[in-house]
Amino acid sequence: MIGRQFLFVALFMMSIGGLMAMLMRLDLAWPDTQFSFLSILPQSLQNDSAITANTYNAEFTMHATIMIFFVIMPILVGCFGNFLIPLMLGARDMAFPKLNMLSFWVSAGAGVLMMASFWVPGGPAAAGWTSYAPLSAVPIYTGVDWGQNLWCMSLIVLGVGSLMGAINYITTVINMRTKGMTFFRMPLVIWSLFITAILLLLALPVLTTALALLLFDRMGGTHFFLPPGGGEPLLWQHLFWFFGHPEVYIMILPGMGIASELIATFSRKPIFGYRAMAYAMASIAFLSWVVWGHHMFQSGMDPALGTGFMLTTMVIGVPSAIKTFNWLGTLYKGDIHYTAAMLNALSFVAMFVIGGLSGIFMACTPVDMYIHDTYFIVAHIHYVLFGGSLFAVFGAIAYWFPKMFGRMMNETLGKVHFWITFVAFNCTFFPMHILGMGGHMRRIYNPTQYDFLKPLEPINMFISISAFVLGAAQLLLLANIIWSLVRGEKASENPWHANTLEWSAPSPPRHGNWPGPVPVVYRGPYEYSSPESAEDYLPQWQPAEPATAAAD
Amino acid sequence: MLEHLWFPHDISTFGPQIDWLFILIFWITVVVWALVMIAMVTFMVRYRHRPGRKAEYIEGNPRLEIFWTTATAVILIALALMSKSTWAEIKEHGPPGQVFYQVAGKQFNWEITYPGPDGKFGPKAVTVENEMHVPINQVVRIELTSKDVIHSFFVPNLRLKQDAVPGRTIHVWFQAREPGSYAIPCAELCGFGHSGMQGTLTVESEADFQKWLKDQYANQQ
Repeated sequence: MIGRQFLFVALFMMSIGGLMAMLMRLDLAWPDTQFSFLSILPQSLQNDSAITANTYNAEFTMHATIMIFFVIMPILVGCFGNFLIPLMLGARDMAFPKLNMLSFWVSAGAGVLMMASFWVPGGPAAAGWTSYAPLSAVPIYTGVDWGQNLWCMSLIVLGVGSLMGAINYITTVINMRTKGMTFFRMPLVIWSLFITAILLLLALPVLTTALALLLFDRMGGTHFFLPPGGGEPLLWQHLFWFFGHPEVYIMILPGMGIASELIATFSRKPIFGYRAMAYAMASIAFLSWVVWGHHMFQSGMDPALGTGFMLTTMVIGVPSAIKTFNWLGTLYKGDIHYTAAMLNALSFVAMFVIGGLSGIFMACTPVDMYIHDTYFIVAHIHYVLFGGSLFAVFGAIAYWFPKMFGRMMNETLGKVHFWITFVAFNCTFFPMHILGMGGHMRRIYNPTQYDFLKPLEPINMFISISAFVLGAAQLLLLANIIWSLVRGEKASENPWHANTLEWSAPSPPRHGNWPGPVPVVYRGPYEYSSPESAEDYLPQWQPAEPATAAAD
Repeated sequence: MLEHLWFPHDISTFGPQIDWLFILIFWITVVVWALVMIAMVTFMVRYRHRPGRKAEYIEGNPRLEIFWTTATAVILIALALMSKSTWAEIKEHGPPGQVFYQVAGKQFNWEITYPGPDGKFGPKAVTVENEMHVPINQVVRIELTSKDVIHSFFVPNLRLKQDAVPGRTIHVWFQAREPGSYAIPCAELCGFGHSGMQGTLTVESEADFQKWLKDQYANQQ
């Protein structure tokens, strides 16, 4: 139930975050142009029906903030964490159901605070989602007063909500596994959510603390980040990225877990190197604590530290590569079924490879000196977070929708949505690498102000048109969800012939998940095409000897 | 060398090293990407579902795991070690400088201070907004700072970028090899005027530079 609430709220927020992106692309293709339809927007998003420097800054700040904190995290962690952890572990509910509900409502409150900032004088925060001090710490520098205060408050509240969730997930995974569900029989998506929860537990308090200090600087006259009073602007960056880099993995690890489930199920094969996959995720999580400095190579931090962070950053590429090769190994000699869910999962792998490889350019400190703060970075982050996390989200929705709502999603519509999204996504974000190589800075609202960027303007135009297609394609997803909720074909208990425990519960599961006793686990989660079974799957809950089980 | 890849023309002494590293990583990533995609598409076509065929039950292969872990680690760590010296040269030491400037970012201009005729940043020093003139083929040293928020001193043609942080003085150097004028945009979000904040770097002969500087001194009086 709480999983579904998180899903619907996050999808609503996705439409707002997406709208911000559309406004940005409109401006980048036609800077300083008036469009009469913009007048319906709140004043903080348009200025006399045009997007100007101030409103553009607010738009990219809110786009990133909403997409990261109110879309990707709530869907991956809030929705699928809540829904899958008890079901896949054989628990009747989360360890602390009331804390779970509180976590949702606290997060929803944070969302209300963030939305309210669109209507305060001065408009919403406009210092970027990274809110580097001193720009974010003194109202006159951005001209935004209450918008930035609300931004800080909202994220502090959200941090508290996520912390409650994290404690709940960790406790549930450790204590509530059913009989026979050892750690190394847990599905990889549970591994990924478990590791993500540990990262959340350790990373979020750092952000909450930094935000509190920023708020003191803004409202209490302190100088934590302000040099005139002895403060240090780089302190903000260290605190922010000490949270921020684990945060990146908080948003991609569940995607990796989801992709692993879907690829194994639809290849009808065990996941290649199950233990290596689990260890790779654990090492990514560990290494994510020692790479934050790669966001700060050009910040004025000691260059010798930059060299150290370059080395750790290169090393974190290793477990990511291991995962990719194992997904390929899973496809090898499989029996691949191309459902909409599988297409999205495969696209996750392909896009994650591009996002991972483009990361090597930035990890290399001298190359980063040139491409830092250009569109190359924008391309990279979107290949990881849209190509990665969001395709995993689309796949997960297609795959678990029958279990969540008791009805199948429309496959044809799902595939049409996938193909348009896939093509439009690449047309939107791949050319951004080229912009970055041309030296196109991020966060500028009018590239035509620069002579050296003028030749790149046709590329900006092409990107904008692709982005509009990409945005419009998401209406198909929305239509599919609504249509399938009402008219979708009724789902059986195990429509995909999958092995994991959630498919032994009714679709949708009632309160307490299983009407009878809780299932017992007899084997690992990926016994597809096992020689022990005539079928091409062997569920975790099926006793080893069907004959003796029947005699019981 | 990289101009066919949309890169701005390189005029700095350290630019070729950066471009070389970019090209190296470019080819490594292209080859890895191509291999992964070929494998993926081949598997996707060859092992697509056909009635009556069952997938092969393979749980993994520890030797393969060790192979690709080691191979990736070796390539990545080698890249880091190869980049190390270039980075150290550009950001840590640099050659001894001959021309000294102070540059300060402020919303939304670059303030460039040239030492006075006495060679000091005293009362005779001149400050010009957004116009940076440097002599060709000489090492230029900058003391970079900011008066308000963080800005980033970016010269695409020099491949040079360094954040300007209030409360800190950061040393930057470069040596321009070709005359001409080049943009100095700000690369770090610095407020509503961030877009459009830019200076011009003019690289000229020693004689032209001295003449220009003399004019500035004259203008100041």
